[in-house]
Amino acid sequence: MERFELDARRLLCPLPVIRTQNRIRSLRAGDTLEVVCTDPGASHDIPAWCRVHGHEVVEVAEHGGEIRITIRVGGPNAP
Amino acid sequence: MSTQRKAVALVSGGLDSMLAARLMLDQGIHVEGINFYTGFCVEGHTHAIRRKDRDKPKRNNALWVAEKLGIRLHIIDVIEEYKDIVINPRHGYGANLNPCLDCKGFMVRKAHEWMRENGFDFIVTGEVIGQRPMSQRRSTMPVVARESGAHDRLLRPLCAQLLPPTYPELQGWVDRERLLGLSGRNRKPQMALARQYGLDDFAQPAGGCCFLTNEHYSAKLRDLWESRGEKRYELDDIMLLKVGRHLRPRPHFKIIIGREEGENRYLEGYRRQYINLKTVSHSGPLALIDGGADETDLQLAARLVARYSQGRDEDQVRIEIAEPDGQSRTLDVKPLADRDIPQEWYV
Repeated sequence: MERFELDARRLLCPLPVIRTQNRIRSLRAGDTLEVVCTDPGASHDIPAWCRVHGHEVVEVAEHGGEIRITIRVGGPNAP
Repeated sequence: MSTQRKAVALVSGGLDSMLAARLMLDQGIHVEGINFYTGFCVEGHTHAIRRKDRDKPKRNNALWVAEKLGIRLHIIDVIEEYKDIVINPRHGYGANLNPCLDCKGFMVRKAHEWMRENGFDFIVTGEVIGQRPMSQRRSTMPVVARESGAHDRLLRPLCAQLLPPTYPELQGWVDRERLLGLSGRNRKPQMALARQYGLDDFAQPAGGCCFLTNEHYSAKLRDLWESRGEKRYELDDIMLLKVGRHLRPRPHFKIIIGREEGENRYLEGYRRQYINLKTVSHSGPLALIDGGADETDLQLAARLVARYSQGRDEDQVRIEIAEPDGQSRTLDVKPLADRDIPQEWYV
């Protein structure tokens, strides 16, 4: 189980979601991905994307204009 | 036991594509959604940028549809490939710079590629004959099917009964009798169906989901191309066309002036790419200069920025002019009077 980080700052939705989706494609079930973004829309859209794909949002934290979304990759993780 | 067939459904976030996917689920088809991000999509950016829009409930409509239907949704970045569709549409533009027919063919082609790569069987769209003047006419339906390469693997469940049977129908994967024969611009049958399915909180964006159908946005894109002498754009260009007041006082430069706090904050992110101006003696907007402005041009730009500041009625407003490398200086200017701003400067 590894931990990864994705910098999606300054990107506007849906780009943070797309980057998250593309990054998760290369991860294994049980891995953790922490996405850092600045578009407030991402705090709704990334969890919504995770719900439809069966990934778990462990935490959404906001600090200093940055939103950190911690995701535990679910399985099966394909396509 | 027969294999469960798999359809990839183009999901825009609107009603028709949602119903089309729902009809397939009703027939026991495994459905996954696909949604393309072109850079011109309306939702998302304006929510993030403008303060007044920030207060509205935020959601990505395509994701909302996927959740409602209980299907997976794949959002695909097609920004680069889409440029050719906008710049060189084989079938031309609609009322504005909307290349709707080429766009539909492109999206179905991308969905067809995805279908083959992922072992899916056919493609589903929410098209209805006669729904859209350019891309959803009886005569254009076969054009999209042919030019996309999808041919009879493309099923339009909402109007399938008015079209020749497709491969999924001929194979018996889908029961044609349970598909619909909708046509025309009347949306009542779709509304009724949505109510029946309990899906009535769907998105109905005024003016559609693409900035290219917007007259004002298209005027700004045309202006961008004319000023460059060629049809070309980068993502930042088309994003900036969604933000601020755009004035072109001289052919060789344009000024983009933030209209409110959210836009000013967004424009801040471009200060390392453009000469930028802001008021220091009064509260006011941030503005970017796009193009090669000389000293006289910058004086004029500063007076324009002063006009849109809280000091608009003062004799003098102090403006900071910063270069992309961070070097800055200040300039004291008299705000331009409204009567001295010709209407044709507004892009």
